[in-house]
Amino acid sequence: MADVIRCEAVGLQYVRGDGPEVLHDLSFGVPEGGFRWLLGPSGAGKTSLLRLLYLAVRPSRGRLEILGTEIAGVKRRALPGLRRRIGVVFQDFRLLAHLSAFDNVALPLRIAGRPEGQIRADVTEMLRWVGLSAKTASRPPELSGGEQQRVAIARAVIARPDLLVADEPTGNLDEAQAERLMQLLQEMNRLGTTVLVATHNEGLVRRHPARTLRLSHGRLIADGGVG
Amino acid sequence: MAELAELRDRRSARLRPGGFDDLGLRRALGDRLLPLLVAAMTFLAALALTGFVAAAALARHWREGAESALTVQVPQPGGPADQGTRRERVLAILRGTPGIAQARALSDEALSDLLRPWLGSEAQSLALPLPAVVEVHLSGDGPDLRALAQRLTQAVPGTLVESHGVWVARLSTLARSLQACAGLALLVVAAVAASVVAVATRAGLAARREAIGIVHSLGATDGYIAGRFARRATLLAFLGSALGALTALPVLLGLADLAAPFAGLQGIAEPPNGVWAWLAALPLPLWLALPGLPLAAGAIGWLTAQATVRRWLRRLS
Ligand SMILES: Nc1ncnc2c1ncn2[C@@H]1O[C@H](COP(=O)(O)OP(=O)(O)O)[C@@H](O)[C@H]1O
Ligand SMILES: [Mg+2]
Repeated sequence: MADVIRCEAVGLQYVRGDGPEVLHDLSFGVPEGGFRWLLGPSGAGKTSLLRLLYLAVRPSRGRLEILGTEIAGVKRRALPGLRRRIGVVFQDFRLLAHLSAFDNVALPLRIAGRPEGQIRADVTEMLRWVGLSAKTASRPPELSGGEQQRVAIARAVIARPDLLVADEPTGNLDEAQAERLMQLLQEMNRLGTTVLVATHNEGLVRRHPARTLRLSHGRLIADGGVG
Repeated sequence: MAELAELRDRRSARLRPGGFDDLGLRRALGDRLLPLLVAAMTFLAALALTGFVAAAALARHWREGAESALTVQVPQPGGPADQGTRRERVLAILRGTPGIAQARALSDEALSDLLRPWLGSEAQSLALPLPAVVEVHLSGDGPDLRALAQRLTQAVPGTLVESHGVWVARLSTLARSLQACAGLALLVVAAVAASVVAVATRAGLAARREAIGIVHSLGATDGYIAGRFARRATLLAFLGSALGALTALPVLLGLADLAAPFAGLQGIAEPPNGVWAWLAALPLPLWLALPGLPLAAGAIGWLTAQATVRRWLRRLS
């Protein structure tokens, strides 16, 4: 099966030229329908790696292939189409403060130009699933941290992406909510979405063992095993 | 039941994306300053446009005048000459000269029309010895004026040849220069309007940097984001410009009212009466161009916002 993520000797410098390299020589692949935990201490480079994967930054060296497209050589014009196939749960949520929870979750569908009738049904169902039916019209500043995180999760999965990356998606959730999120991610994974989750939540990883990428000081020190 | 439906309608209206403002542009591209500035620009543009139309009319008027570049005065026109009267002799000579397209003696009525501003309507009853006035239309470069004058005074002594061609040419040049200046003023106003939209758009981009980043990361194309800005800028520029054009209208009508006696449209005798006559005082090209101003402003808003946003977005990967 084709790899959805394919890294070969990838390095990342935030400042082109003489900035420090925050990721060094990453090489790994994730096949279609794969699930990976991404672990490592704070500052190891988890967020940086995810930013490479959701095309927020381009690698400063090496080969990076996402959803079958070589990123280094791709035209800027081709990126939006790729991004729409990637769902992202940002560590800091990145919700639009002036929009309701509904409109925030609907945003990827509207950007993709889906018909409004379908959007209404899908978004309502998704908000119900993450337990926010009563908060449809609330704007993010009126929501708790955990509620905002659930809106962010709903927005990431609403367009049924081919690749889902989540950056510490349980940071603001209690155990029950975190379990419910895992259920959602596993369900999507079962339906074919490739999933990569960066987390600190050791308990969650132990309860849901899966293949693991482990980062330390910007290097990949393990790709395999469980936990 | 009706109440329930209404409730549901109101609820879905809140969710409906009619004015879906994902980038928060309703606040970032405010509805105060930009429309007011565009309104002021449009007011100036309307004045420049009026100047342009008026100067064009003047230029046309003088150009037509330049064709009858020669007047010949014949004192005691009824007096005897070689063949027939002095008037007939002058006309015959003029018509026989190459370079003259047409020579026409003004009728007595036309002459007293011409003199009325100076002598009043009683000119004829004053029994002044009026000369005959021959209007000469030239063709090509016209004849050698000095030789012509010499021949005329020899054949009919006292004849005066008056050439206003030089003055007409100068006035025509002046009118065309005025027209060019008005055109230039229009271009400058358009450029300033574009700059105003660009500055407002850039301020909006800075204010919505984060929202743009989010929408961009969710897969929005440059066209999608630029389109949001362009739609808002077009609306604001159009509305502001419509306001400016409406404000300019009474001023222009007032000007047209003042200019009417000189334009020789309705004439001196009958001042325009009724609204329609008043509206008709504005020349047709102005009526066509005035509604064009908001459209042009909208187009400037759209193009400027598109270009500004697209250039700005290139910084995003
Ligand atoms: N935008 C940035 N510009 C420069 N350096 C950055 C940026 N983001 C992260 N870094 C650096 O990259 C390293 C890895 O950070 P990060 O990827 O956020 O790690 P983690 O998510 O594992 O905590 C850190 O040293 C951090 O200072
Ligand atoms: Mg991080």
